[in-house]
Amino acid sequence: MYGGGYIFEEPNNKQLREEKVHDEPEKLAAFEERIARGEKIEPGDWMPTEYRRQLIRLIEQHAHSEIIGALPEGTWITRAPGFKRKLALIAKVQDEIGHGQLLYNAAETLGKTREEMINDLLSGKSKYSNVFNYPAKTWADVTVIGFLIDAAAIVNQVANSKGSYGPYCRALERICYEESFHLKQGHDAFIELATGTPAQKEMLQDALNRWWKPIMHFFGPPDKTSQHSEKLMEWKVKMASNDDMRNQFLDTYVPKIWELGLTLPDPALHKNEETGRWEYSDPDWDEFFRVINGGGPCNQERLQVRKWAEEHGRWVRKALMNPADKHALPVA
Amino acid sequence: MSLDPRVNRLKLGDPTAVIKVEAGENWNVYEVFHQEKRGAHHEHVGCVHAPDPQMALIFAKEQFGRRKKCVNLWVVKSADILAFDSEDEDMFANNMEKTYRDASGFKVMEKINKFKQSKGATNHVK
Repeated sequence: MYGGGYIFEEPNNKQLREEKVHDEPEKLAAFEERIARGEKIEPGDWMPTEYRRQLIRLIEQHAHSEIIGALPEGTWITRAPGFKRKLALIAKVQDEIGHGQLLYNAAETLGKTREEMINDLLSGKSKYSNVFNYPAKTWADVTVIGFLIDAAAIVNQVANSKGSYGPYCRALERICYEESFHLKQGHDAFIELATGTPAQKEMLQDALNRWWKPIMHFFGPPDKTSQHSEKLMEWKVKMASNDDMRNQFLDTYVPKIWELGLTLPDPALHKNEETGRWEYSDPDWDEFFRVINGGGPCNQERLQVRKWAEEHGRWVRKALMNPADKHALPVA
Repeated sequence: MSLDPRVNRLKLGDPTAVIKVEAGENWNVYEVFHQEKRGAHHEHVGCVHAPDPQMALIFAKEQFGRRKKCVNLWVVKSADILAFDSEDEDMFANNMEKTYRDASGFKVMEKINKFKQSKGATNHVK
């Protein structure tokens, strides 16, 4: 799952934007024509500095989101109700880690090493999808994540898989294929609670109420406030605007929630039949930025667990290391 | 306190501690080729990080052999792959006139029919 629908801005953005000026105009024109023809860009191709940088940021954040996203769900493997749910959850968590690996590889083809990416995650420099800074308190939270967060991620990933960078598209193709199982098992578990005992229904409604805000945040701030880069759209790095993706998500999934007799904690949420767009109350964007910048309930724990894993896995990595090896980047 | 009892048992370290992965600590890159069934080509599916070819095969099995059908995998160090520069793509551009190396460039039926209609055809052929 989990392509954070939103690429976070980094503070040192400005300096690199200026580098773009030095890009060669003839090569840039050929590059843009290639994208306009619908052709993919491959790792060895010339590309503008800004294209490379934005892609690294996008793919790297996507990779971190897969790895960190496995943590709140992994918590529930030992407590998943029943053997089948446990098997499905183990398979899903394994898939997410696999997706992280595929995405790190795709980002590496652009010239940033795996170690640099992990270091930037651990130091807090590099972000991951904001939804994983919230806790999974009950089994119902796991079903809400498995159904709705995965669904939101699929909207984002299907869009991105039509982007311009070959290795990222190939990774996403594989990821989307596996996601269809995640979404289906999440929906199945969600329906089971929604149509179950009153206690189960209540547990699900409670989880839904708590997750609605992070879900509304998933695709990032509204188009009118976020720095909307036409260049990124033209280069097919960003494939759809935050609001368009959010609208597509609401259009498909709100009816699937309502049909089960569940409610959503926003009385203003409705579809404007004239415009075809969903309308909703402000989902508290201040909280969104507060949580991104470390103020969420789980930010610290997530990074601490990752640090613990790196620290305690080091001796295994070292024991297996072949000192004669030299580092190389993936070729495709 | 974490909601995860296992996390609580870990005794997580100081949250401000700086943990740094050294360059090369995540090993090297191997390209992975997947054979879906006997008789099919091995196809490139992606890559894995591994300390040596044996471990690369084990990781490749986990990463690329856990779902779809798979009967065999190859791994090869990415650095050992020799490829053309993608900037030289134009050298593969086709010469316009290449029917001489194409099955469709040879029209035998026309000649056979012409021969049959001519006096050259014998009586055994109806």
